[in-house]
Amino acid sequence: MIRTIYILWLRQLKRYVRSRSRIIGSLGQPLLFLLALGYGFGPVFQKAGQGNYLEFLAPGVIAMSILFTAIFSGMEIIWDKQFGFLKETLVAPVSRLNIMIGRTLGGATVATLQGIIVFFISIAAGFRPTSLTFLPVAFLIMALTALLFTAMGTAIASLLEDMQGFQMIMNFLVMPIFFLSGALFPLAGLPSSIFIAASANPLTYGVDGLRGGLGGQMHFGFGIDLAVLTGVTVLFLVIGSYLFSKIEI
Amino acid sequence: MLQKEKTDNYSIEVRNLTKKFGGFTAVDNISFSVKRGETFAFLGPNGAGKTTTIKMLTTLLRPTTGTMLVNGYDPISNQDAVRRSFGIVFQDPSLDDELTAYENMEFHGVLYKVPDKILKNKIQELLNFVELWDRKNDAVKHFSGGMKRRLEIARGLLHTPEVLFMDEPTIGLDPQTRNSIWKYLKDLNGTAGITVFFTTHYMDEAERVADRVAIIDQGKIVAEGSPQDLKKTTGTKTLEEAFLSLTGKKIREEESGSIDQMRMNRKMWSR
Ligand SMILES: Nc1ncnc2c1ncn2[C@@H]1O[C@H](COP(=O)(O)OP(=O)(O)OP(=O)(O)O)[C@@H](O)[C@H]1O
Ligand SMILES: [Mg+2]
Repeated sequence: MIRTIYILWLRQLKRYVRSRSRIIGSLGQPLLFLLALGYGFGPVFQKAGQGNYLEFLAPGVIAMSILFTAIFSGMEIIWDKQFGFLKETLVAPVSRLNIMIGRTLGGATVATLQGIIVFFISIAAGFRPTSLTFLPVAFLIMALTALLFTAMGTAIASLLEDMQGFQMIMNFLVMPIFFLSGALFPLAGLPSSIFIAASANPLTYGVDGLRGGLGGQMHFGFGIDLAVLTGVTVLFLVIGSYLFSKIEI
Repeated sequence: MLQKEKTDNYSIEVRNLTKKFGGFTAVDNISFSVKRGETFAFLGPNGAGKTTTIKMLTTLLRPTTGTMLVNGYDPISNQDAVRRSFGIVFQDPSLDDELTAYENMEFHGVLYKVPDKILKNKIQELLNFVELWDRKNDAVKHFSGGMKRRLEIARGLLHTPEVLFMDEPTIGLDPQTRNSIWKYLKDLNGTAGITVFFTTHYMDEAERVADRVAIIDQGKIVAEGSPQDLKKTTGTKTLEEAFLSLTGKKIREEESGSIDQMRMNRKMWSR
């Protein structure tokens, strides 16, 4: 069982390491966000009495890259469906649950690594964590966020036949999750409708926890963040496993 | 009801198997059996229901009605036992292009719990047989179509299955490779008693290697027997003529189901 999970995990990692264009491409975007937004909105943010925008933004951009990588990793199942490899795993004498766990852990590992790389990129871009006391918590939050959204991607991908739905998912699910998460703006003092949307968004708690873990100002606190992230992760793992077990080819 | 004792001489038993997709009946109440150690060709025009039948036998699709036994186990209620006992070469590609030939084999070996000690030797033996050992560390995406096919056949044999399903295995292979693969399978057939269930559109190939043949047309089995039997009953000289006389000369208009659509997409992708 462990070996099954391990080999599926390893496959995700190998695929990630070998797709250099994907790595480079996915690092360019966070860098652009950090430089353009971080320095572009910096003066306005400062004037509004909110402090240094780059300090505020960096955890949000780290969370963003974890979100995108995780969803994409989860949705790789569609690729496997289209290119036929999924059949190979589905006729093997191993439980679907183990297949799902292995590839979800693999995807989550990839997304966490991506988050760590972006963490270093943001330091290169000028981000300075004010305290490193909670750094381990920050990594825990990264891993949880990665797991949560990989499981979400798996669940969605189990329902889709081909890549045609991918754009729609990006535009109507992933982008709203990102923009309504507090990654780009503080949650305090928002219009209540936006605040409600943000509170219902699991990424919000990932961003909040990450910000706190890197020494920034938190809105909810570690307790709530970790509880929500864990709960929603378990929920998506259950839903994802169920939908994955129902795939027919 | 099918019972285990009764089926010991049979690798595959199918009774009144039906698969409907919505209102469309792809497989229509078919019954047949394949003896242990037999090489069985499942023939039929495009869209006849061959792949759909294989998918049901190999636990990928649930039948609408009917019963099946593969190696004595029920593919619906005893999936794991069935899965352990067969190997499969799918009609469509099923390799991970990003991985190397060796890694594809290794992945399969781990999923099928082939013991470590045996695995390395077995991979080497099979890759040598399909003449890919020299290329074992190359990513599959750099392989030609024929090389990929050979790798899939090697992979299907890695866990020494008792039944080997092959859906158009020799498509895109040159005559040399085709002959050497059939020779190898025939040897396995003799030494290990492996049962081979395959489909093909090459009637000469079926005539040459199959002990028995079933012909399916529009979801129904229209003939079953040895190639000689079929030639005799239709009064024809070759299996191809027998096939044409049983299924008619009309070209099948394939409903472009999602599978075909995907096949087309894949062709476009792989350019
Ligand atoms: N998932 C599906 N949904 C709807 N229709 C399907 C599905 N899979 C197969 N079909 C239809 O069922 C019929 C039988 O398809 P199948 O793939 O079994 O044919 P086949 O005998 O393997 O043909 P070929 O020789 O072209 O491979 C076809 O008309 C096909 O369009
Ligand atoms: Mg077919």
